[in-house]
Amino acid sequence: MKRGFPILAVITALLLSFALYEALIAAPTEQTMGNVQRIFYYHVPSAWTAFVLFLINFVSSIVYLIRRNAKADILAYVSAEVGVVFCTVVIVTGPIWARPVWGIWWAPGDIRLTTTLVLWLIYISYLMVRRLSTGGKTPVIAAVVAIFGALDVPLVYFSIWFFRTQHPSPVIGGGGSLDPRMARVLLINWAAFLCLAWLLSWTRYELEIAQGKVEEALALESLMEGSR
Amino acid sequence: MGEANSSSDIVVADGLVKQFGRFAALRGVTAQLASRKLYVIVGDNGAGKTTLLRTIAGLSQQSRGTISVLGNLEIKNVRAQIGYMAHPSLLYDEMSGMENLIYFAELYGLPQTRCREVIVAVKLDPDLERPVGQYSQGMRQRMSLARAILNDPKLLLLDEPFSNVDLRSAQEMTTLLANMRDHGKTILVVTHQPGLLEAIADEFVWMEAGKIIRRTPHLQVRQ
Amino acid sequence: MSFFAITRATLCKDIRLEWRSKDAINAMLFFALLVVVIFSFAFDPTAEESRRIAGGLVWVAFLFAAVVALNQTWARELRNQVLDAYRVSPAPANPLFLAKAFGNFIFVSVLEALMTPLFIAFYKLRALGSAWELVPIALLGTWALVVNGTFFAAISLRTRSREIMLPLLLFPFSIPALLGMVNATTAVLTGEESAKFWIALLLAYDVVFTTACLLFFELVLEAE
Repeated sequence: MKRGFPILAVITALLLSFALYEALIAAPTEQTMGNVQRIFYYHVPSAWTAFVLFLINFVSSIVYLIRRNAKADILAYVSAEVGVVFCTVVIVTGPIWARPVWGIWWAPGDIRLTTTLVLWLIYISYLMVRRLSTGGKTPVIAAVVAIFGALDVPLVYFSIWFFRTQHPSPVIGGGGSLDPRMARVLLINWAAFLCLAWLLSWTRYELEIAQGKVEEALALESLMEGSR
Repeated sequence: MGEANSSSDIVVADGLVKQFGRFAALRGVTAQLASRKLYVIVGDNGAGKTTLLRTIAGLSQQSRGTISVLGNLEIKNVRAQIGYMAHPSLLYDEMSGMENLIYFAELYGLPQTRCREVIVAVKLDPDLERPVGQYSQGMRQRMSLARAILNDPKLLLLDEPFSNVDLRSAQEMTTLLANMRDHGKTILVVTHQPGLLEAIADEFVWMEAGKIIRRTPHLQVRQ
Repeated sequence: MSFFAITRATLCKDIRLEWRSKDAINAMLFFALLVVVIFSFAFDPTAEESRRIAGGLVWVAFLFAAVVALNQTWARELRNQVLDAYRVSPAPANPLFLAKAFGNFIFVSVLEALMTPLFIAFYKLRALGSAWELVPIALLGTWALVVNGTFFAAISLRTRSREIMLPLLLFPFSIPALLGMVNATTAVLTGEESAKFWIALLLAYDVVFTTACLLFFELVLEAE
């Protein structure tokens, strides 16, 4: 792998350690919720990172359909996978946070959390289509599913938004203004997560490319045998 | 691209590769097929014959390489001039032969009289109301051939047309094919029974492991 | 060979074929009946509660019946590889999609028409709001399920585990439409809220996805 990779790995490790310290120790304790609130520094940056990754998936899918560039397809696949990982963190940390603070595991009216859940479901279907697809045109089908997913998201958001106005419920994560010290910790954690996402995606990307080469070599080999 | 080809080449393939995941069905097929000839494509199972035929028909897209049919790189544009037939009948079992053809005629924008014509041409009864699913294999293949020539195609592609077909039906189909070739059509037949076409074929194309290995004017038994 | 003529010919052909193999229709109708009965055993509330959850019950029941019907959409075209005959012809891809979608719409509507009176009877339902609004809700909601269902059924042709692939795709993508259908129906049944926003949402969903399906169907059909 290219030289940039070890550098990125080191930066990520440093950032993550720093972010961990900031989140768990240095950041001020929240007034009402206490230390449980610190999960906020994992919940929110994971969500933002997942959204960035899904955006990358959407753009690479479109690029693939226009240009049929194999690398765009691999990028779409990889960003969806890593996106699902971060999305999982969001929907797991949500209830963990909500339970001690609001007494509930889930709030269907919480736009962000519920939209993230639906996004998670959509991308798991995307990955299942990739996995179960037969034939040589999987990238095309996957790209179409990704575009459908992107079209669905605003509709999901608005439907839940209106649902919430009719059925008010606690918003996990609260609204309101944020102490600037907390905002700083939030951004540090986001930077760390973005680096981690980049690292994971890069690894996965190189792995997919290597896998493709192995398969091509195997295919050639089995056909050479066939023609003997 | 295509400089040295004779203007009467109806199919021009260059380096066709078709990959299904790990398996490459076509491994670089390059060929020019002239018009007004009957070609028989032979080879073992897995040689890539069906894949090649489907690629020419525009049903399957190659992974790499180019192919032009009737002078068009976009086979979509010349579909009205291609006819395709396979071992499955490509017909609806619950409808009669005429009902089937009337539907397909609609897809080509052809009148119903044409349906009657082609059914008679394959020596079947257009007024037979029996659903196609109850036909014998020979009758079914002949009806499938009728569907394939509905649009009077310049290029006719047949994939295993004689499988499980009785001798008389096979001979009638063969006679019809020779007739059509003599009237200017180009015909490609993939078959495991090349002997049936020995008398009328112009050329035999031998495929193995995704490539064309030999083209001969006569059927020779391989050593 | 016009677009409309091909759509109509394909739809008529499908209806004729469906009619001739009545087994599938009968099985599906019986399945719809069974779903209603099972639901009535599983959810046996008093009249007041039933009005609140009936919207959800009815549409979930329709969704499951629709999935069974949708899985059959392309089955007929796979027998004897007859889909190849369409693909090899110069006919464009979208008339095929629309004919299948309309066919499914008709069929699912028939199932709904069978299930609705049963639901009304079992749950003693009455619409407290403006009952006429149930018409656009039913039409838009059914189209929402059917248009994506037909499209995803076509995608699942290119996958293994075809029957499970359809609901795997359809359920997540239908969530906004489902919210729309259920809440609109509940609004009409309870009369407590306006269904108008939800109807607008269903309309937006239908427009967006019908356009998307028409744009991308050819890609999916030719993905071999």
